[in-house]
Amino acid sequence: MKLTGAQILCESLTKLGVHDIFGYPGGAILPVYDALGSSKLHHVLVRHEQGATHMADGYARASGGVGVAMATSGPGATNMVTGIATAMLDSSPVVCITGQVSSKLLGSDAFQEIDITGITMPITKHNVIVTRAEDIARAVREAFLIANSGRPGPVLIDITKDAQQAIAEFDWDAAAPKLPPKRARVNYDQAEFDRAVALLNSAKRPIILAGRGIMLSGAMRVFDKFVRTANIPVAMTLLGIGCFPASDPLNLGMMGMHGEAWVNTAIQEADLLIAIGMRFDDRVTGDLRTYAKNARKIHIEVDRSEINKNVPVDSALIGDAGETLAKLLPAVNVREHGDWLAHIKELRGDSAVRDIQSLPDNGHLYAAHVINDIWKETHGEAIVVTDVGQHQMWEAQYYHHEKPRSLITSGGLGTMGFALPAAIGAKFARPEADVWVVVGDGGFQMTMCELATIVQEKIKINIAIINNGFLGMVRQWQEFFYDKRYVATPLVAPDFAALANAFGIRGERISSRAEVAPAIRAARASKETTLFDFRVEQEDSVYPMVAAGASLSDMIRRPSSPLVETATEP
Amino acid sequence: MQTIVAYVENKPGVLNRVASLARRLAINIDSLTVGPTENEAIARMTIVAHTDEKGAHRLESSLEKLVDVRLAENITERASLERDLALIKVLADQANRPHLMELIKVFRGRVIDVAPESLIIEISGTVDKIDGLLEVLRPFGVLEMARSGRIAMTRGGDLLRPPVDEQVVTAA
Repeated sequence: MKLTGAQILCESLTKLGVHDIFGYPGGAILPVYDALGSSKLHHVLVRHEQGATHMADGYARASGGVGVAMATSGPGATNMVTGIATAMLDSSPVVCITGQVSSKLLGSDAFQEIDITGITMPITKHNVIVTRAEDIARAVREAFLIANSGRPGPVLIDITKDAQQAIAEFDWDAAAPKLPPKRARVNYDQAEFDRAVALLNSAKRPIILAGRGIMLSGAMRVFDKFVRTANIPVAMTLLGIGCFPASDPLNLGMMGMHGEAWVNTAIQEADLLIAIGMRFDDRVTGDLRTYAKNARKIHIEVDRSEINKNVPVDSALIGDAGETLAKLLPAVNVREHGDWLAHIKELRGDSAVRDIQSLPDNGHLYAAHVINDIWKETHGEAIVVTDVGQHQMWEAQYYHHEKPRSLITSGGLGTMGFALPAAIGAKFARPEADVWVVVGDGGFQMTMCELATIVQEKIKINIAIINNGFLGMVRQWQEFFYDKRYVATPLVAPDFAALANAFGIRGERISSRAEVAPAIRAARASKETTLFDFRVEQEDSVYPMVAAGASLSDMIRRPSSPLVETATEP
Repeated sequence: MQTIVAYVENKPGVLNRVASLARRLAINIDSLTVGPTENEAIARMTIVAHTDEKGAHRLESSLEKLVDVRLAENITERASLERDLALIKVLADQANRPHLMELIKVFRGRVIDVAPESLIIEISGTVDKIDGLLEVLRPFGVLEMARSGRIAMTRGGDLLRPPVDEQVVTAA
């Protein structure tokens, strides 16, 4: 069948099971948009190309499949850079398609020409420029394969305009991926495996450190079995949240910089860490010299380059988390670990009393209350998409996720502006899901143009702006480490409810605790998107906290009283 | 100093990916050579990097993650041979030429160009050997020098061959 390169692209995407593409048109990608019009693909017109990449990323994270973003050459392509880097740092399978000037103009500084494959080389798993129509189908198939295999990541395909316009034979079977062969590696030998088993079966104070790799591997079931067989408590990375039910007594919750103090203490006292699909990020470990000094370490990880990168380990089992756990499971003894679990319970101590949820209502609204109420009212079953900052940490602390892929957040890159577009992507991936955006007043203003996308696409998501009038996390660092010199963190915002109305979205301002739950209930009952402007305490901080580079044992705890009570402008 | 051998796709942009990766990992490359292999689709690289064993692990394991890298291996601790090639243009007049020729002979170099005022010497060997010759040539006046960078190969039966079977993946 003879088709144009643009038609071949659309046909290939359809054959790969793509339904939705997030993009923005322009000169160098126009032939593709022309072909899109007569294809089965649904195109979501974004308001900024960064939004397209975050939507594709949110789509991928919510679905487990590949998300697709599209943009034109030049500024369209460079606007994607932040979203591509976000996907790279969190191992998210995203395929970005960019238009490029005609091949004969390459290197001539033509209008809207930019070397996007050069620019994105360090932030993609792979990228490629295609200059011939006959190479498009294979390039797309290879991109999908690369993006969602091994450790997933973003792939960019840059297609010149002449390749989109040229006519070529479309032969799907002949376009099967042909990737360069890799050497077959022995991931670990029997001795390495036996060492891991011996460590597991002899440990008295073991802790599992669970990361996103468990979800990427689809290993939740075997992981669950592993945890219950060995009776080992589970601490999670931010991106690992959801891989094991929050309500399970063995689930300790999040570890690291804003993990509960007793969780970090338990890690410091452990005699064995079993790290699965996580990479010992500095936000998790704190000062490496003092990190888990008493513990031997087992690292189960698909990416060989992560082994011994930050933390030297005693046994490294390289490979897919699910496959590795399935091999380990028969060798692991059934254990009780009663003393250890009792000790961890003791470590909890007064943390529940210190918890802001336990303090009496003083008439002020705290972010933690809002998130806790969202959790209660959605029965822990929503997909929550967060931005980056204080609200993100409060979400991780107070929304108790029972299911995988129910928290979508930018962990590695920490990209503000991620939440709103990523939530739109998540909604397209799982239209039946109750999708909530939890976002700060700072991050929301970075990508709030995508409200128009919600309206144009007639989708429903709920938006909770945790509005404290500051770039809150930066303000918190200024409070703790810069003697309260609040430089460039007080933040003027528009009237968010009125802004929502201007977009044709219902907006509501909430300033007291009693209003929160009924408002959430009403939003859930509505068929339309609601945007909440939650006016919360301005100078509240996220506790506990390990200062950047400090030891995990050295945590800043929430003061028992009094709570911060700065007045908020109603 | 760590020595890594890599087999990569012989196509445009691959050298950039390899060099860019080393830059991203903040590893300084001392020398990088690339040349064809007996298989025209594959090129072989020898990378000598200013780093320790941990850095080398990071580099070779990250290199192997690149789609266009078929194999990357740290051979620093393996029994192996390294060779560098240098062309050295040195001032040579009638008076000192015999003395120069004597030195070149000791180092097993070859004179490949003779001009009234200068010679070009070709020498291959270990880096130490070439540095040694350079040291004794310096008083004569070194006008110009070109060095190839190191190539390396493991000894005897320790083979480092590229995986070649064309892998047709039909998963996607």
